[in-house]
Amino acid sequence: MIRPARHAGPEAWRPELMRELAEALKHVDGPLLPILHSINDRFGYVDERAIPIVAEVLNISRADVHGVVSFYHDFRKAPPKRRVIKICRAEACQSMGGDELYDEVSKACGAGSDVTVEAVYCLGNCALSPVALVDGKIHGRLDTEQALALVRS
Amino acid sequence: MTMRIYVPGDAAAVSVGADDVARAIEAVIAAGKRDATIVRTGSRGMFWLEPLVEFDSADGRVGFGPVKVSDVKALFAAAATHPRRLGLVENIPFLKSQQRVTFARCGIIDPLLLADYEQHGGLKGLRRALATAPGDIVQQVIDSGLRGRGGAGFPTGIKWRTVAGVQNDRKYIVCNADEGDSGTFADRMLMEGDPFLLIEGMAIAGLAVGATKGFIYIRSEYPHAFRQMGRALDVARAGKLLGPDVLGSGRTFDLEIRLGAGAYICGEETSLLESLEGKRGQVRPKPPLPALQGLFGQPTVINNVLSFAAVPTILAEGAAFYRDLGMGRSRGTMPIQLAGNVKHGGLIERAFGITLRDIVEGYGGGSFTGRPVRAVQVGGPLGAYWPTELFDTPFDYEAFAAKGGMIGHGGIVVFDDTVDLAKQARFALEFCAIESCGKCTPCRIGSTRGVETMDKIMRGERVVENIDLVRDLCEVLRDGSLCALGGLTPLPVLSALEHFPDDFTRDAAKAA
Repeated sequence: MIRPARHAGPEAWRPELMRELAEALKHVDGPLLPILHSINDRFGYVDERAIPIVAEVLNISRADVHGVVSFYHDFRKAPPKRRVIKICRAEACQSMGGDELYDEVSKACGAGSDVTVEAVYCLGNCALSPVALVDGKIHGRLDTEQALALVRS
Repeated sequence: MTMRIYVPGDAAAVSVGADDVARAIEAVIAAGKRDATIVRTGSRGMFWLEPLVEFDSADGRVGFGPVKVSDVKALFAAAATHPRRLGLVENIPFLKSQQRVTFARCGIIDPLLLADYEQHGGLKGLRRALATAPGDIVQQVIDSGLRGRGGAGFPTGIKWRTVAGVQNDRKYIVCNADEGDSGTFADRMLMEGDPFLLIEGMAIAGLAVGATKGFIYIRSEYPHAFRQMGRALDVARAGKLLGPDVLGSGRTFDLEIRLGAGAYICGEETSLLESLEGKRGQVRPKPPLPALQGLFGQPTVINNVLSFAAVPTILAEGAAFYRDLGMGRSRGTMPIQLAGNVKHGGLIERAFGITLRDIVEGYGGGSFTGRPVRAVQVGGPLGAYWPTELFDTPFDYEAFAAKGGMIGHGGIVVFDDTVDLAKQARFALEFCAIESCGKCTPCRIGSTRGVETMDKIMRGERVVENIDLVRDLCEVLRDGSLCALGGLTPLPVLSALEHFPDDFTRDAAKAA
């Protein structure tokens, strides 16, 4: 049984923990995505150094692991900043000014800020657009001012 | 008797403060030492009223909404005259005129209480299925006329019959809960508000085709639904709805949930299977059909959340009950999702046949901004843009296809008159470029070339020639792609061109 992700906050890189996470899930059916999620949750990203470890634990090639890591948008290549805001850029949010929200928040959270701004395509809250996830928590009917207040709180 | 106060725990309600409202109510209960308890339900699907708080009364549930934390004290002190009072929830016109079949319990019951589920008609279908021969279960699903609610509209029973007909030790039931279309949220609402219904539907599928194991693949953009579904599986196992002895029958069926990783393409069934196996979500050519060689190469039933969720009712009430709703070859009800720039957005479950106008103007009450509605996109990012002149089209698979669109998963996104359809057409191609799995060249590269060409059109460069080029490109995408992403991206592009040509040529004069 795979448990929902716990948002414990990113941890520092440790190869032993990495191996432990991979070993813990290697017996489930189709273990690679659950393992990568578990790594991404714990460290905030999937470090390149994780790839050979996971490959060894699952007895598959490094190319196979790399191919999967690079295919999915969720698996970050570098640690995120302290706060993460994922702003929806899909059609329903566009109809309510989602593009402007994304542009303005991105601009305000540029270099030097401690906020990672990511695009996401639909959070399933399309009757209360524009929508964003701030550190995993969903917010609807957002404007730029509110969004910035949330990431700066 | 303890008073029950209902506050939705649905992600949409939470997104506008339902958790804060629940905490405020909790505090009032504690401070007044009142004999009351809060039930976190799903949502009724009237999102402009969220957070919608409900109290029991002798006549039924009385609603208040949208409730702010500052409204909470008065809910107890002066409920009868509260400005947010909506009266009996069931009498709100948006809800009253609906035909809630799949969503009959959503927003009403405690989603994680099996007893509550059963009291409101749950488990009747599964009990009946346990006493029915597998072939007869399949026949009932065929007779109901149920078609896949994920978008393609393939008859669900026929798919099941194919899997049932294969002799194999191992078969799988897979639920596609990778609801990635913008403007859709019915799968999410159902998983959060009535998760046992999905479990029951999948268990029935298992009995029908002889599978003992299933997976629910939920997109990672739905963390709330993923957590709720995980809790529901635990409760279902403890309550013997799942496990080695389903409802005391001696039959086995169990489920696992898996989290997607942010790839729209994994909503395509063969990509989803690849992803479940731990691979890149690349589309597989068909044949072989997943029904014959699906997950881990085994025969697999793969259906959308809403398809599985329709099945318990079909078993409980009979195929005829379901088939008698709807029109033409579109039988039963469709949970329509009204979203975007709309005054009253939410979930509208109705028998097929309701017109776009009834949905957008009747239920929706026009745009949120108060400006005239100019276009709607139906069926997600691969669906057509519709002008208001076509609003008399009935919601029906064939009627929509006849006018060059599709109903898809039932999402409708409303745009007011500030929308630029050339920009929307460009976005359709951009989205295809971002989400393409890379397997087919037209989709992988054609989408990027399409964006570049749209940019030229929008700059007013050789507009006529470039529009021809986009049309040509769309033809190649449509004919040269394995799956619906490349195959249907032309729908929004060409429909925008057909119905809103001025948006594309407007800049030609500017450049000249």
